[in-house]
Amino acid sequence: MKDKPMAVAERTLEGAVVAAERPPLSPGQLAWRRFRRHKMAMFGGLLLLLIFLYVILGSLIYSEEYANRNDLPIKLSPPSRDHPFGTDGTGRDILARTIYGGQISVTIGIFAVVISVTVGVLVGSIAGYYGGVIDSILMRFTEAMFNIPQLFLLIVLAKALSGKIPTFEILGRSLSGSVIVVIGVIGLTSWMYLARIVRANYLSLKEQEFVTAARSIGAPNPRIIFRHILPNSVAPIVVSATLGVASAILNEAYVSFLGLGVQPPTATWGNMLEQAYHHLETEPWMWIFPGLLILLTVLAINFLGDGLRDALDPRAII
Amino acid sequence: MTRYIIRRLFQAIPLLLIISAILFLLINAMGDPLASFGGRRRIRSEDRARLTRQLGLDKPLPMQYLIWLVGNDWMEIDIDGDGVPDEKGTRQGILRGDWGNSFMEKRPVSKIIAERLPNTLILMLTSEVVILVFSLLIGIYSALRQYSLLDHTVTALSFIGYSMPIFWLALMMMFIFAVHFKRWGLPYFPTVGMYDLSVGETISQVIWHMVLPVATMSIMSIAGYSRYIRGSMLEVISQDYIRTAQAKGLSERMILLGHVLKNAALPLVTIVGMDLPILLGGAVVTESIFAWPGMGRLFWDAAKDTDIPILMGVLMLISFAVVIFQIITDITYTFFDPRIRYE
Repeated sequence: MKDKPMAVAERTLEGAVVAAERPPLSPGQLAWRRFRRHKMAMFGGLLLLLIFLYVILGSLIYSEEYANRNDLPIKLSPPSRDHPFGTDGTGRDILARTIYGGQISVTIGIFAVVISVTVGVLVGSIAGYYGGVIDSILMRFTEAMFNIPQLFLLIVLAKALSGKIPTFEILGRSLSGSVIVVIGVIGLTSWMYLARIVRANYLSLKEQEFVTAARSIGAPNPRIIFRHILPNSVAPIVVSATLGVASAILNEAYVSFLGLGVQPPTATWGNMLEQAYHHLETEPWMWIFPGLLILLTVLAINFLGDGLRDALDPRAII
Repeated sequence: MTRYIIRRLFQAIPLLLIISAILFLLINAMGDPLASFGGRRRIRSEDRARLTRQLGLDKPLPMQYLIWLVGNDWMEIDIDGDGVPDEKGTRQGILRGDWGNSFMEKRPVSKIIAERLPNTLILMLTSEVVILVFSLLIGIYSALRQYSLLDHTVTALSFIGYSMPIFWLALMMMFIFAVHFKRWGLPYFPTVGMYDLSVGETISQVIWHMVLPVATMSIMSIAGYSRYIRGSMLEVISQDYIRTAQAKGLSERMILLGHVLKNAALPLVTIVGMDLPILLGGAVVTESIFAWPGMGRLFWDAAKDTDIPILMGVLMLISFAVVIFQIITDITYTFFDPRIRYE
């Protein structure tokens, strides 16, 4: 059923002979091919790879203990051979902190999206599939949350939950419980848009024959929702999740900048900027480097998401 | 059309009630409002108990919400805690126009917000005008000169603008246009407040102090908006009715303004309608950085003290604006595009 337009696309692209000899590409292969041709997306992917290398390889060179070690005599020193990015207000090395801060920031971004996608897909699919009263209740709630600007919700929730979770150990590192709070707060304030997309998708998909077929052989509702319909709306979810990581990293920066984010000594790109305002004039290295890393990471993810959007769009020909 | 508007307004009422309930629940979870009550001094426990009863904080949360909504002038309050009611309540509730009193300043919330609102409006409306003018110019130009140098530059800049934390942009602006301009002996921009205290609140002072915050708030949006305008212009230009207009000999200017732009403006209406109420929040961050005495900063200061009445007031005002602007946006659609009809 889907082979026809692809075969046409093949022919217009590389000539009839090639298309006739080669078997048609799977949707996945086709998406990858479109993605590869998307210059900005490839650039974004490469940039992101470099940033991942930076935060992972960097942690082999500098230990976390070094990144969190105070060295008051050399506090606020400008970039030098020993400290290429300078030191902060308590003499900690900024280069090492951007490495460990990056790990936390990216982790927060990814896990916040896991939460927002889970909630968004659950709410959207249940509302869209069942319709009726369930739909009305869920969507009124979604709409209400959607109408409160996110930054305000973030501040209110972050303040409500701050200090509620103690420091914990994971993978041999002790992390401030505020990491969990920030992940939860960002995740719980950014699912509404996805819920609306998923709901709209389900509204049209549930009317199609394959759903009727599944129902007629007696598949239970949860199975239809998650095994039959969900794979069909995976494209918008993937795109929205990718772009969601970018905005979650930005949101982490906002929350931290306002002092409600991850508590030191655990570093994040966001909380490294918290004191930025006080060092605006005299110690610009303290805020330029973490900010630049946030900008590059978010930029890379946005490029990637944009490319994915084009690559996963089945109507696009190339 | 009138019936449509009335129906939408009626639908907005339950929505706003749900929003207020969610906000009330979340804001009351933010912490103990009495914690920062006495400033540096610690308040005695009997004072604390009296204040709690006076402010109605001893009542269960649903009751507090009800009082916020409809007031407490129909009930008696027991202030000294001896089980005997002492005086009648004086609050009227938000449904009767009483926003309550600020915990910290002990003044009506409506007065405090009314003082701050104009400052935010100046900032927000100026930014919106700057955004619209520049993004229209750039968007139209890059649609007409597709793939030109400027077109590519704007595309790149819009992605960068979209990927930057706004406070970082603000810091960069301050660093370049205030700190470095001062070092280089150039005229430099002020970074804090609305006016110089030594000069007073004159128009030229306010404009001068507005430059950096407005630039910060505009730059990111200009990049994004001009992309939208470019995109929708390109879509409209390829339509049949544009060819018809060219065929009947209209001047290029007439086609551009009367046919292309009017149709291309439609998506812009949605974005402006969505962004305006958020700008009303004064971009909490922008106002905090530039110490601009607007609503955003009011919210942030109140959040630090858990001043519940102010937080509720500011957030409800903004949510109200969001809901109303959505309705206005939908109505504006019919003006730009008579093909859209609501029954």
